[in-house]
Formats: sequence, structure tokens, C-alpha cells
Amino acid sequence: MSIELKNVSYTYMAKTPFEHLALNDISLTIPEGKITAIAGHTGSGKSTLIQHFNGLLKPDSGVVLVDGTDIGSKNNEAKMARRKVGIAFQYPEHQLFEETIAQDIAFGPKNMGCGPEETDSRVKYAMDFVNLDYNKYADRSPFHLSGGQKRRAAIAGILALKPKYLVLDEPTAGLDPKGRESLMGRILKLHKEEGTTIVLISHNMDDIAQYADNVIILSKGKVLIQASPEEAFSRVDAIHQAGLELPEIKEILNELAAKGLPIENNAYTMEKAVSEILSVLGRQGKC
Amino acid sequence: MLTDITLGQYFPGESPLHQMDARVKIVLLFFYIIAVFLFDNNINYALMTGFALSLIILSRLPMGMVLKSVKPLWWIILFSFLMHIFSTPGESLVKVWILDITGEGILKGFIISLRLVLLILISSLLMFTTSPLKLTDALESLMSPLKRVGFPAHELAMMMTIAMRFIPTLLEETDKIIKAQQSRGSDIGDGNFIQRTKGMLPVLVPLFISAFRRADELSIAMEARCYRGGEDRTRMKQQRVHDIDYVATGIFIGFICLLVGIQVIYT
Repeated sequence: MSIELKNVSYTYMAKTPFEHLALNDISLTIPEGKITAIAGHTGSGKSTLIQHFNGLLKPDSGVVLVDGTDIGSKNNEAKMARRKVGIAFQYPEHQLFEETIAQDIAFGPKNMGCGPEETDSRVKYAMDFVNLDYNKYADRSPFHLSGGQKRRAAIAGILALKPKYLVLDEPTAGLDPKGRESLMGRILKLHKEEGTTIVLISHNMDDIAQYADNVIILSKGKVLIQASPEEAFSRVDAIHQAGLELPEIKEILNELAAKGLPIENNAYTMEKAVSEILSVLGRQGKC
Repeated sequence: MLTDITLGQYFPGESPLHQMDARVKIVLLFFYIIAVFLFDNNINYALMTGFALSLIILSRLPMGMVLKSVKPLWWIILFSFLMHIFSTPGESLVKVWILDITGEGILKGFIISLRLVLLILISSLLMFTTSPLKLTDALESLMSPLKRVGFPAHELAMMMTIAMRFIPTLLEETDKIIKAQQSRGSDIGDGNFIQRTKGMLPVLVPLFISAFRRADELSIAMEARCYRGGEDRTRMKQQRVHDIDYVATGIFIGFICLLVGIQVIYT
């Protein structure tokens, strides 16, 4: 099962001088159980795209299928399908509003109609997942947290919905390196332990290289590349055309290859790159 | 979608009306409105209607869009029309219950409605062809003589500019927050009045927080750039009166003279 978009187009402010075609005939598949990264230059339509995943925006043409159900329909089945997709927008901490963190995280489950006990257990589960101590933080105001903690509390508000597909729009934007790493670690843990499908929107190609199983690159409202990271990062011209950079590791390997080191040049993560370089050097008897 | 709302009503274009100086436009609009209420003879009404319509054509805006600007005030127009129909003394045409519909009433009601429609059309035309920034600049410039008696013209204009600048930002923010809360399963805008009001809280609280944060950041940014009010500030975009403004003013004066002439001859 998967999220599937078929020939989706979307125009902002149609029929005015400000008309803007944000998505142009997009077809793509987000496979279940994988980490899919969506990258693209500012204004390439990433944020518009993800808003179609749970029906916040309705395509002008085309269909969005979540696990085979057209989420554009008005029946209950479509509603349940929309609820499978949780979206954490950019700077999700701006959506916090309740008096206490626990109440804020409980907002989602309550809206879904969970009883008090189920809600409570979900709040504990979500806070535990983002590494916020329930006993310490549950009754505090979300506005007194640090930036990174606010971000995690807000993401916990989405996790409490127990989405099958979790979409994160630049989850680490504006966090310090430590905050980034801990948040990404939590997301990976969720992916591994719960099997949640992750959709990650990011400018950071190094992050994408490190985490993604699947890369989608958007440019001017169209899908430019939809492939495995290896294949995606081998298409240097297309990536530059989309206004993006290669991951640093890949740049280094490309340069080494250009300078004559006979590497396979398939690696895009630190570990793989190190082992590739070592194996070449080993063959050459230099180490 | 919320962000589909355009700021003010400005509709970019290159027509002569767009190119005119905003101050000239405001002053001419002012006199046109006075004219609409001053002259009360049928030829003049026809002339003023024709003038307004030709301005709309000259502005090269879609006619339907300009006419639509009357819509929000439709009820007021209808109300005043009905008031005049029933309350003007004269020969009774039809009797409804205890109220008489008179021929004079229909005519008077029609004329009052026409005045209102002309008023709205011509003011919307100003809003359609002038960007909000130019509009506030023009207001500041027109109000500047009042500075001598202590009227804070610059501060008022700055406040208006900032307020208008942040309308789209806050709308975008509202849209984002609504979507974020909808993603958490909230049904904003459903249910009865109390439920709907409650449903707005998850939107309003973050919106206020972000508005205060923005205000704070903006004031710091302005102070960091040594902003200290209007005295001796120069402008990046100077307001200048061009040939087109003189021509427009000339035509307008000619038009007013014509109206005055007709008014004098026929009364």
C-alpha cells in the first residue's frame, strides 16, 4: 500500500493576475514502510504537494489515493484514509495553543474521538517518543519550553494521532546541530519500531543522503527525479537544474574520481564512502 | 483558501488611471463625490453615470469585477430604495397594506440608489487602480498640512502601512495554523455558534502569539535602523505630478463646468 498521486495539478488564485500554477501534472508514489525524501528549491511546490496528502488541498485535476482510497470523496472511508496521514508543518511549534503540554498533545486524539484513557495513554506514548519526560513536563505550559523542546512537543501532537504515514516539512529547520540529531534520531526510531512511513521534506541533501530510501526531486511544480538515492545523486545536472546541491560526501567522491582514484562512486553516506575509499586503497596496497 | 484574498483590492495594470498620482486621484474623487450629491438633474445623472463607466473602461479592468464591488452594500441600497418608494408622498400607484407606492417614490428611490452605486463604483476604482502603499503615502502627503497643529500624519500613515503590510502575512499565518489544526483532526467552522467559537481558539491563540512576536521583532528591527518618526525623512519613491495628472485634472474641471452649466440652465 502507498500514497499515490495521479496527474495532480493545483493552481493558486486561479483567474486573477496573481494566478500561479504550483503543481503541474504530478504523478508519484510514496511506498509504505520506507523513508521518502522530497527536495526542491524554494517555490518548487513541496509544501503545496504535501498538503494534498491528507486532503487539506484538493487537486484541480487528478486524484490522490491513500492505500487505494480516493481521499477526495466525501464518504467515511475517505475520511479514515485522510487520518492515516499526519503532517507536521514547518515550525510546528507555532501551532501550540493549550495551557499545558499534555492538553495540547491530547488535542488530536480528542478530535479523533478517543476516550480519556486512550487519550492519556497516547499522550504518554507520544511524549515518550519525542523524549519529553511525562512526569516533568505534562503540566507545564508549552510556551515556557526551549525552542527544540517546543518543536518536539508539537511533533508529539502529531504522533499522538498514530499516523501510518508521517509527513515532516523541514523538521529540523532552525534547530542547533544537537537538536537536529536528537530529533532525527527520534524519527528514525519511530520508523524502525512502529514501521511508520516517513515523508521528509528537506533542503539538506546530507540529511537526505543519510536517511532516505527514496528521493523525489521537484522543480517548478514538476517531478524531476523519482528514484533511489544512488540513482538520484548520479544525475548531477538534473540536481543542479533543480537549484540543489549534491550531498557533500558525493561531491568529495566525485572529485576523487575526477582526480583519478578508481572508486565505484556509488556511495552517498559517510560509512559507505569510507568503506569504498578504503577498499580502493586496499587494492592499491596503500593501506 | 484564505490566502486567495487579495490585499485591499489592488489590481495591477498599466492604464492611465494606474499611472496617475494617487494624491490627484484622491482629490478628484473627493470632488466627484460632492458633485454626485450636489447636482440633481436628470441629464447630470446620465452624464455622471457615463463618466464613471468610461473611467472603468479607461482603467482596462474587467467590468464585471468593478461592478461586483457594489455587492457588499447591496442591502443598504435596496433598503434606501424601498424606504423612498414607500415614504415619498405623491399619486398612489399601488397600495400595499397601509403603504402607498408612488411614481415619485420610485423615481426618487432610483436616483438615491444610483447615487450610492456611483459613489461605490468610483471609490472602488480608486482602490482597484492604486496600490495600498501609494494610497497611504498619498494620504500622508495630503494630511501633512495638519502636522502644524500637531496632527500625527506620518505616524498614522506608518501605522496604516504596517497594518496593511501584515494583512497578507497574518492571513497566511492563519491559513497555516488552520491547516495544522485540521491535520490534528479539528473541524473548524462546524457545529453551532458555541462550538464554532470554541473551535476558533486553537487558531486564535497561536495567531495572537505570533502577531505579538512579529510586532516585537518589527519594532526592534525599526529601532536598529534608527527609525524615529517622520521628521526629515526622505523617500525612496518620490510622489510627482506628471503630465497625465494635469490632463486628467483639466478634463475633470471641464466635466464639472459642464455639470454646473447644465444645472444652472435647467433650474
